[in-house]
Amino acid sequence: MLDGLWRYRSFIASMVRREFQARYLGSALGALWSVLNPLAMIFIYTVIFGQVMRARLPGVEDGTSYGIFLCAGLLPWNMFVETLQRCTSVFVDQGNLLKKMTFPRAALPIIVAASSLVNFMIIFGLLLLVMVLLGRFPGWPLLGLIPLLVLQQTIAVGFGVALGVLNVFFRDAGHVVGILLQFWFWFTPIIYPLSILSDRLQLLVSLNPMTAIVDAYQGILLYDRSPNWLAILPHAALALLALAIGRAVFRRLAGEMTDYL
Amino acid sequence: MGRIVARGLGKKFRVYRRARDQLLEWMSRGGKTLHRAEWALRDIEFEVSDGESVGIIGMNGAGKSTLLRILSGTTLASEGSFEVHGRVAALLELGLGIHPEFDGWQNAALACRLLGVDEAEISKILPWVQEFSELGEHMNQPVRTYSTGMQVRLAFSAATAVRPDVLMVDEALSVGDAYFQHKSMSRIRAFRAEGTTLLFVTHDPGAVKSLCDRALLLEGGRLVLDDAPDTVFDYYNARIAQREKDAEIEQHKDAEGRSTTRSGSREAELVSVVVDDEAGQPARLFRVGAPATIRCRLKLNGAMECPTVGFVIRDRLGADVFGSNTFHLDVESHAGSDGDTFEAEFRTVMHLGPGTYSLSVALHREHAHVDSNYDWWDRAVLLEVVPGERAAFTGVAALPIEAVVRRRPAEG
Repeated sequence: MLDGLWRYRSFIASMVRREFQARYLGSALGALWSVLNPLAMIFIYTVIFGQVMRARLPGVEDGTSYGIFLCAGLLPWNMFVETLQRCTSVFVDQGNLLKKMTFPRAALPIIVAASSLVNFMIIFGLLLLVMVLLGRFPGWPLLGLIPLLVLQQTIAVGFGVALGVLNVFFRDAGHVVGILLQFWFWFTPIIYPLSILSDRLQLLVSLNPMTAIVDAYQGILLYDRSPNWLAILPHAALALLALAIGRAVFRRLAGEMTDYL
Repeated sequence: MGRIVARGLGKKFRVYRRARDQLLEWMSRGGKTLHRAEWALRDIEFEVSDGESVGIIGMNGAGKSTLLRILSGTTLASEGSFEVHGRVAALLELGLGIHPEFDGWQNAALACRLLGVDEAEISKILPWVQEFSELGEHMNQPVRTYSTGMQVRLAFSAATAVRPDVLMVDEALSVGDAYFQHKSMSRIRAFRAEGTTLLFVTHDPGAVKSLCDRALLLEGGRLVLDDAPDTVFDYYNARIAQREKDAEIEQHKDAEGRSTTRSGSREAELVSVVVDDEAGQPARLFRVGAPATIRCRLKLNGAMECPTVGFVIRDRLGADVFGSNTFHLDVESHAGSDGDTFEAEFRTVMHLGPGTYSLSVALHREHAHVDSNYDWWDRAVLLEVVPGERAAFTGVAALPIEAVVRRRPAEG
């Protein structure tokens, strides 16, 4: 399978490039839109939660901290959602292509994962730029982002592929994922710090695998703190599990997909 | 290179009554069977040697497209195995389907990559694609703005920019204008001459005859004949006639209840309408210029003079192509009594252009059915005219034609 994908690397690369162009060059304001969108969200959350609701992070008193805290959680979370959702719908969306062309089907989720990573890096680059201007560039702990990103993308792609294949057979899968992600968002300490929850809720929310990942991002960006790898270790196992599930479902059913598209 | 071998290929589709049933069946992990198995293909066994061109014909739902999809690798076979050697280019359905938002260049380039053309070659190919597809400035527009004809032109040009070892074409070319059909056909012919193996699915026996060394006839998912195109064509023709005859009987029964296709006072009524070929066999498929005999059997429901029998042939758009009746043709009239049956016979020649036509028949008094309509049977028979020995032409009327070009002394 990997060998087949390697032969199609130029197809994958140009699909990612075209998606990038389509997203950033298609409209009059181009790249601005994809920045404006998360910017608007961050602005709203920062104003409402940071100013109006006077939410303050424990131990940090200045005004920009909440914005950074928010971005640290929200941007990776958005990538996670984008990857998972687009993987879930990719085989249905590309039904036309699947029916007409022969190529390794696994190329499609890879294109999705690469595209969402590119988007993330653009917006995240802007965030880093702002942090430099604010004099809050985190320094070395920033390298800790790389394994975190790999982990969360692997989890998203693994489950996403499994759901994406199932979605071809039962279109309900896409809807379920949409609803699930809404709950998941609020069960992850992205717009609120974990510490404001009651002890029982904290325990519950800690069971959410995204909690530790988001916490690690927030640690890096807000406190210049390298991730607690021990807390992340189970996630490596989860990522492998997700990948195994995705692979198993894909192997079992991917061949039949075109019959249902 | 270019060899194709199919061994016992079969394709099963699971048909579920409700979407829910599929989930229930899965959850039972083999405990329950809630689907009905439908075999679209079964026991398909054949071999195509390098450079051979093979036509696959058969009626709708015979499994032609499914077979091509399996061989091109877009669908898995449920049983059996196959080998396809060499680089394959397949035109399975309309268009390329890569991305409607991307422009013609990007779609063509991506399609070439999927077909395994290497990067260096792609930049050389693209101008050729623009030229052959004659899309011109449209290449800069997103493909979603293309007409179906334009999509076909782009898809064909991109898929055939580099000569493949095996070319599979699934009727995709029947869409689009006649001009491009001819252009793409001559390209396919050129590939064939250069040694490309060709697998060609079509409804059009004429195309198979002119392009293929061999034809496979599929029927209900089975390979029923694998022979020279002419042999397969004749057999297919006979099968269609047989099948339509069965269908006709049903249609007839059906029509008795419906006033839309049958109307009239029924003082006299049509019993059967058939069109016979040269051999006197009921047929539905005629080559251009083939003799045909329309036979209408009628019954009188009372003592009367045998009514005028008339017919009209219409093209697929419903425009009258030709019509006549026994009144205009000065056929001797007969007196008759209740229950008498007569047969009217019109001997003609199918000087019609390729395409589908309908035959409507009517019984009335004197010269026109407005006068006194006894029985009017709309679309009693559907006919298909396919290219024959005659030189190609366009339109519905096959006029006699001769051409000559003479050299003239220069003027002045």
